[in-house]
Amino acid sequence: MRWMLRKDLLILARSRVMVAVLVLYPVAVALLIGLAISRAPSKPKVAIANLSPPGATVELGGTRLNVGHYYSQLFSQVQPVPVATRAQAVAAVQSGRALAAVVIPANIASRLSSVTSQGQVEIIYNGDALEQSFVHSTIEAALSQANLELSNQIRHLAARVIGALVRGGSIGVPGAPQNLPGLGAIPGILHRVIAHHPHSADRAQLERLAEFSEFAAQNLGVSQDVLSTVSRPIQVRSTLLHGRRTPLDTFAVVVAVSISLMFVCVLLAAGGIALEREEHTLARLARGLLSRERLIAEKLLLAACCSAPVAFAMLAGIGAFVGLDWSRVAQWIVALAVAALAFGALGVAIGALAREVRAASLLAFLLSLPLAFLALVPAGAVAGGVYDAIRAISLVFPYKAALQALDAAVNGSSPGLGVSLVHLLALTALFGVLARLGLRRV
Amino acid sequence: MTGSPGGEPLFAVRGLVKRYGEREALRDVDFEAHAGELVAVIGPNGAGKTTLLSILAGVQPPSAGSVSLPPSRVGGKVGWVPQTPAVYSRLTVAENLELFARLERVADPRATVRAMLEQTGLEDRAGERLERLSGGNRQRVNVAIGLLAEPSVLVLDEPSSSLDPLQRERLWQFIAGLAGRGRCVVFSTHNVAEAERYAGRVLVLADGEPVFSGSPRELAREAGDDWDPDRPGFEEAFVGFLRARGH
Repeated sequence: MRWMLRKDLLILARSRVMVAVLVLYPVAVALLIGLAISRAPSKPKVAIANLSPPGATVELGGTRLNVGHYYSQLFSQVQPVPVATRAQAVAAVQSGRALAAVVIPANIASRLSSVTSQGQVEIIYNGDALEQSFVHSTIEAALSQANLELSNQIRHLAARVIGALVRGGSIGVPGAPQNLPGLGAIPGILHRVIAHHPHSADRAQLERLAEFSEFAAQNLGVSQDVLSTVSRPIQVRSTLLHGRRTPLDTFAVVVAVSISLMFVCVLLAAGGIALEREEHTLARLARGLLSRERLIAEKLLLAACCSAPVAFAMLAGIGAFVGLDWSRVAQWIVALAVAALAFGALGVAIGALAREVRAASLLAFLLSLPLAFLALVPAGAVAGGVYDAIRAISLVFPYKAALQALDAAVNGSSPGLGVSLVHLLALTALFGVLARLGLRRV
Repeated sequence: MTGSPGGEPLFAVRGLVKRYGEREALRDVDFEAHAGELVAVIGPNGAGKTTLLSILAGVQPPSAGSVSLPPSRVGGKVGWVPQTPAVYSRLTVAENLELFARLERVADPRATVRAMLEQTGLEDRAGERLERLSGGNRQRVNVAIGLLAEPSVLVLDEPSSSLDPLQRERLWQFIAGLAGRGRCVVFSTHNVAEAERYAGRVLVLADGEPVFSGSPRELAREAGDDWDPDRPGFEEAFVGFLRARGH
């Protein structure tokens, strides 16, 4: 078997394009992933047409907000492209100078100040679906933040008015009476009036009025808490039931490394076994020079020995950008080695079914890519039945198990490394058997 | 050029059957061959020639029957030369020979490679990759690999099919030389003139059945009335023989 391994390494060394792909592909992916997760996302260019008069203010509860200043703060998440008119905003989006435009109307300040009517802004989109999605999310987030800020201002105003109504004083709204007595004081006043006129014909009505004002004062007193609840009805509290939470950046590392490992390993193994058919040497070997089982083992070893070190180098390379726990390096190596064996077995099975290297490579790509995507579909993102089907597919192909093994090795996430390794070894055996069946006929 | 049949056979095929599902590719094939004999297996397309040779070479097992090599006469394994050269294009001639010599577990692989390069006249090409060789030279490497283990029986599947006339002539001289040195050579061919010229015995297969085994001259005689004596030629005799038997 070692002579076959030596032969394959010799052929590999002479396939310069293949070696270049094997080395450059993981390096390129590692660098891209590393840069992507170590740098903040770029801000989308958004044209902003602020048609409100310069210096226009919104007055809420005695607080004045400058509209222009407010929106420049709100749109700090985008790269603003100031324009003067709506037409210019549309032109900026159409020409591609901006991905989207926000038009703030001239009457925004007066509408917001009225409290009784909503302010409206117009958003104009362009670009492809991905760009639209990105800029839409960014602007929606900014506007949600704006709405929340305004709603807080309104809540503060309402709370102050209610406080003045209950406790008395001034509500600070132009035109409103000053030095109000307060609902809380009215029952006492009424009871004193009733005491001075015990036989008055209006006593019954005065007593009802006192009762009502007491009830109103008590209930309006809790309205401030109600307003707080209404402005932010749900607060989030996170509880992790088991395992360790994997940070998004280190999970991205695990995804990148496992995808690279899968491609390199599956392609090498599939190509290696298909080459024996393409060169017509399989029949010669099968005459007793090398059993089919040993041939499968040799290709597995070849693929694992080439791809696992490449994946390890990639992991270490990305480690330069993202903090990885190097004390777990022994677990990384075990996870990479066993995952490489499982991917190798899948590759050998593909190669055994295909008759030539090109067909094997194409089949390997066509099969591997969807497997990676399916394994990354989170529960709840699709309908229950579809997710069950995805789980079943992920169970019988090695990508998901490899991802879990590597995640457990790198991040200590659940399920543990042992479970994933057993799963991978079982899949190695399964695809090894399929490969053996595929090699029945030379 | 004929072999020298007689005495104990070097190998014997008895009641050989090969089925692929419902289809019978070979039915009740019996024949034997002796040391120094050149046996040609001829027949129309789909007659079962390649199937028979691949069973002799051990590439695939028979469905029934047996291929026996008497232990007293075994001088080595059966050497096999497939129709399409089974070599690694990205390895050199010497690397190919050394790899298969090691897989054949020959005692001294490097010495064997040197001897084989000399025997096949490929010394000058030892360092060249197979992908850069002509079809004829690739076939010579293919034959050389079949001979690495010094087999007493060499099985060749249409060895001259991809060669030009000059290369064919050189190949047949080489193969005849092997038989002359006591090896038993069994080959298949579509070129019945080659069979007549080089084989001591022909085995005719048609629809998976052996329909004749004997010398080319005997086959011509078997053609009988169907063989036009005014247009003498082994090919015509062979065609006439098959037609007479409904093939």
